[in-house]
Amino acid sequence: MAILVDKNTNVLVQGITGSSGSFHAKMCKEYGTKVVAGVTPGKGGKSIEGIPVFNTVHQAKREHQIDATMIYVPAPFAADAIFEAIDAQIPLIVCITDGVPAIDMAKVKNVLEHSQSRMIGPNCPGLITPGGAKIGIMPGYIHRPGKIGVLSRSGTLTYEAVYQLTQNDLGQSTCVGIGGDPIIGSTFLDLLPLFEADTDTEGLILIGEIGGTAEEEAAEYIHKHFTKPVVGFIAGTTAPKGRRMGHAGAIITGGKGTAEQKKKAMTVAGIHVVDNPVNIGSTMKKVLSQSV
Amino acid sequence: MKIHEYQAKELLATYKVQVQPGLVAYSPSQAVDIANKVTHEGPWVVKAQVHAGGRGKAGGVKFCKTTQEVKEAAEKMMSKPLVTHQTGPDGVDVTKLLVVKAVDIAHELYCALVLDRKTSSIVIMASREGGMEIEEVAEKTPDKIFKICVDPAMGHSAYQSRILAYDLGLPKELHAQFETMIQGMTKLFIEKDCSLVEINPLAITTDNQLMALDAKVTIDDNALFRHFDIKELFDPSQEDPIDLEAAKWNLNYIHLDGNIGCMVNGAGLAMATMDMIKMAGGEPANFLDVGGGASSDMVREAFKILISDKKVKGIFVNIFGGIMKCDVLAKGIVEAVTQVGLKIPLVVRLEGTNVEQGRKLLNDSKLNIFATSDMGEAATLIVKKVME
Repeated sequence: MAILVDKNTNVLVQGITGSSGSFHAKMCKEYGTKVVAGVTPGKGGKSIEGIPVFNTVHQAKREHQIDATMIYVPAPFAADAIFEAIDAQIPLIVCITDGVPAIDMAKVKNVLEHSQSRMIGPNCPGLITPGGAKIGIMPGYIHRPGKIGVLSRSGTLTYEAVYQLTQNDLGQSTCVGIGGDPIIGSTFLDLLPLFEADTDTEGLILIGEIGGTAEEEAAEYIHKHFTKPVVGFIAGTTAPKGRRMGHAGAIITGGKGTAEQKKKAMTVAGIHVVDNPVNIGSTMKKVLSQSV
Repeated sequence: MKIHEYQAKELLATYKVQVQPGLVAYSPSQAVDIANKVTHEGPWVVKAQVHAGGRGKAGGVKFCKTTQEVKEAAEKMMSKPLVTHQTGPDGVDVTKLLVVKAVDIAHELYCALVLDRKTSSIVIMASREGGMEIEEVAEKTPDKIFKICVDPAMGHSAYQSRILAYDLGLPKELHAQFETMIQGMTKLFIEKDCSLVEINPLAITTDNQLMALDAKVTIDDNALFRHFDIKELFDPSQEDPIDLEAAKWNLNYIHLDGNIGCMVNGAGLAMATMDMIKMAGGEPANFLDVGGGASSDMVREAFKILISDKKVKGIFVNIFGGIMKCDVLAKGIVEAVTQVGLKIPLVVRLEGTNVEQGRKLLNDSKLNIFATSDMGEAATLIVKKVME
């Protein structure tokens, strides 16, 4: 039944009256997502794409069942929107907004740990269970229902992997882009157990980037607890040291978090590491045919 | 955003961290005036103000006993670009100097605050082994670096600096000063949205004062919207001119040394594209993530920036449209090429949202574009074209 989201998930959109909020609310709805309500303070009572708008998350929750929220609120106010969702005990919070200050996220993360909510993002494409529902900004048409999970720190690189899986007739169970910021709601480690437990997932694509040690930790977990085949890719092998490559997370400092170290840790853990991103889909196909 | 040492010290001083008396000078004669102003008799230290580290070993920091020496040191530093292991071979121009009163040092400590991904907290790090070799200390003897986590919502509590003070073996008479300093650094970190506050070395002077001899403060770019005062500290002279032009258009661009210009959407795909170019035997000239919400105008300007780099011998556009629509991208490219012309090979790989409209726009333009939908093929092709 895939993970985190399916066609029965009732979704709220925070920041629904903004240009990206309204556009993607519409796109998600067209894909099949049950978008039941939106929130923009001061715009309560309106309707966007046939979706009722409320002033607060709590107001929306009084009138609708809400299982997940998708946040498009601009960066200066994003942390506040997340706190509001946590306070309203929304089980799944997906924050698409990029450019959230790191200190705001550190505060969010500490509150999150003592809450009922799970958060994906910020600065992420969101998540999709193909054929079911999507909560995010990924182009729906490249996906096909299937058996491969995708877990990634990158946005467009995730689309790339998905597209290749589709072209190789594999399809996806659920794809989650966790976001490229240094501090994020859910890490690889938080989500790997869900893919392991999911009976619809038979293999996993893991896409990492330089910076931090999340990939090394994921590799260790996979080595010990993950029974399904994993194909991995790390972006940034050739990135110069100490330069920030767009994602605040992707900084290499002091020899830590380099692509080489990550690839080594992944290979040791039995992950099939591809050097060229063009080969992600075909490698998974090969690995699956060998494991049968 | 990086700021200069003198700016970092001014900030620290407002948060009750002790720094040496000193001021910034814009010329050798002004350096002498300032030397006389900060103390009647030397010695002084003259320090080149550049954003790169490694100044000490590169001749960017000079101990001076007389004002004549101050003048000479200042003249020498300002006469040519400073080349350190972090600047690249061309170095950076020195237009500002910090002139400070030298102090007698009994011991050099290290102290820094960073945001830790793993614990989502501010980590205060301190060590008795301050000075230029701190990275080596961290690598070889990590147990000599003491750490403590601070919840950014709670801020600093006295016990935290107490733990560190005892770990460091500081004499009792320095504990109060140390607490004031750590409290100030933490406050600065939180209030100004820093990503790094580092004091190295942190001196214990012979008259028992804790003093920041050098300081690095980096501010989280994402938080600059709420710090207008910090934004003003930005020094464009420390940046690559092409990077500055790109920043004007909100483009996420980093200038590199190769000859293949890249335009990609998404940071991960942009890095992967650079990796593919290298694997095919080429060298990327830049990192450029045009982002999700780029307009045709932004694409046009980005394209012009790529062409303006004289080293660029070919351009590789790799787009997987998500929020970014392929037709918007194609429109920007066609506009740019129509305006400034194109004498070098251009390989475009388009996929994703509105890909058909995008391809049609490129085809109809009659421009000399090699279009493909296979990213690996595209990378090989551009490298081949550039080598021809």
